[in-house]
Amino acid sequence: MENIISVQHVTKKYKEVIAVNDVSFEVRKGEIFGFLGPNGAGKSTTIKMLTTLLLPTEGKLSLAGHDVIKEQHAARKIFGIVFQDPSLDGDLTAFENMQLHAVLYKLDKRMAASRTEELMKLVELWDRKNSLVKTFSGGMKRRLEIARGLLHHPQILFLDEPTLGLDAQTRNLLWNYIQQLNEREGMTIFFTTHYLGEAEAVAHRIALIDHGKIVAAGTSEELKQQTGTDNLEKAYLELTGTSVRDETLSGADSKKEAMRRFMTKR
Amino acid sequence: MNTIYILWLRQMKKYRRSGLRMVLSIIQPLVYFLALGYGFNSIFQQAGRGSYIQFIVPGVVAQTILFTSIFWGANIIFDKQFGFHKETLVAPVSRITVMLGGALGGATIGVIQGIVLFFIALIFGFHPYNLAGVFTSVGFMIMLSLAMVSFSSGIGAMVNDMPSFMAATNFLVVPLFFLSGSMYPLDNIPGVMKVIASVNPLSYAIDAMRSSLINQSHFGLTTDFLVMSGTLVVLFAFSVFRFTRIEA
Ligand SMILES: Nc1ncnc2c1ncn2[C@@H]1O[C@H](COP(=O)(O)OP(=O)(O)OP(=O)(O)O)[C@@H](O)[C@H]1O
Ligand SMILES: [Mg+2]
Repeated sequence: MENIISVQHVTKKYKEVIAVNDVSFEVRKGEIFGFLGPNGAGKSTTIKMLTTLLLPTEGKLSLAGHDVIKEQHAARKIFGIVFQDPSLDGDLTAFENMQLHAVLYKLDKRMAASRTEELMKLVELWDRKNSLVKTFSGGMKRRLEIARGLLHHPQILFLDEPTLGLDAQTRNLLWNYIQQLNEREGMTIFFTTHYLGEAEAVAHRIALIDHGKIVAAGTSEELKQQTGTDNLEKAYLELTGTSVRDETLSGADSKKEAMRRFMTKR
Repeated sequence: MNTIYILWLRQMKKYRRSGLRMVLSIIQPLVYFLALGYGFNSIFQQAGRGSYIQFIVPGVVAQTILFTSIFWGANIIFDKQFGFHKETLVAPVSRITVMLGGALGGATIGVIQGIVLFFIALIFGFHPYNLAGVFTSVGFMIMLSLAMVSFSSGIGAMVNDMPSFMAATNFLVVPLFFLSGSMYPLDNIPGVMKVIASVNPLSYAIDAMRSSLINQSHFGLTTDFLVMSGTLVVLFAFSVFRFTRIEA
């Protein structure tokens, strides 16, 4: 099978941190690929580089043969993404957020209308379609983000902790739907999660990243064999250790964390 | 085209839903107009310069537009902080489109505010020179608003937090406004101020407004138009450039 995502010797340095350190991997077309690792490992940074939001310090990334730096526009047509952090407009209604997305991705009007209805019903927000998003609960926002990310049926779907903060029923429902999309349309799924059971159940292949480096890759069976364990969670802990990564919290978390430390010091 | 429209529409919806903010942003220039207009009217008249109310309306309309438009970029900071900007940044649309959609929204709001103030001024006895002039002045309002919104969007794209944004825009807006001839005629002021006023693009906008609304001009309408066009092009290019540089 051909590769649809290719990452070659990619490094991303922020001022003091090397978030991603000489990472290389490939994802095949039609694959459900789990990208796992502890907090601050470099998962979101990798996704941001793949989705043209960040420039790598070094290395090459491509989506369906398009270099994400040199052929940004072509690359953007290929994927959809659900970000780890919120990206909805709270002053618009749920429906308006979907509508805006449909126009940004130049969807046919009728198709957009029927998919919007289908997806909003799936995530059980159809009866709230005319409410302003800022009045939604965390889980409702999350569900809307996912529905929006699925709206344009991209070739590759990036999901950065899609199920964060969702109840078990909704998580189940969503993964079923995503698996269906993968089977029916051959959509490639690239996701991160901290629920290892989820990854074990849906991922065809998994890569483990820690401190900006890939530490293992393979099917969940292979990872279990390699570590002599009987479930993915144990294999994961075997491969990444049991210490908590509080020295490298990511993004907004690190600010909150710094604030908390600052406050408790006095 | 459709994309620009939907991004413009987004801004219009947000504006309509902003409620009180819509009303409040008119009050400040209105106070300027009433306090200064009536306060200085008799002195101005004694000095043989005619009605100060007539004189100050074009300046106050320009001021309304300036203040609404130059803080427009705050919306870009909000989009960054609430995360919505990621949605537009990864979409297969050019950054020019994203910038233009938002900027046209901001400019529309600026011009609406300017026109509202113009109508309020009519109620208080302002009488424009002729109708054609009123339409010409709307053209200049659009140019001024677009230029300032572009500038502000560019700053909004450059910085990531509200304090830096406010520092940058406040630093510019006060001198820009007070050294522009918005409150006083430019012909009898000290040389240094005259030089400053003549390199301040806002002076030309205000002069253009005055020229079309009350037929008084310092630089001449053609010069005004050329300077404003140049300013608009430069600021627009600046903003587009800054938009292509946004990372998340
Ligand atoms: N904008 C930034 N500036 C500086 N450092 C950053 C920035 N964003 C991320 N980092 C750092 O890069 C490293 C990787 O962060 P990243 O967000 O990719 O982690 P992650 O694997 O997604 O973690 P999590 O599971 O917590 O989401 C962390 O050390 C983080 O502090
Ligand atoms: Mg992350």
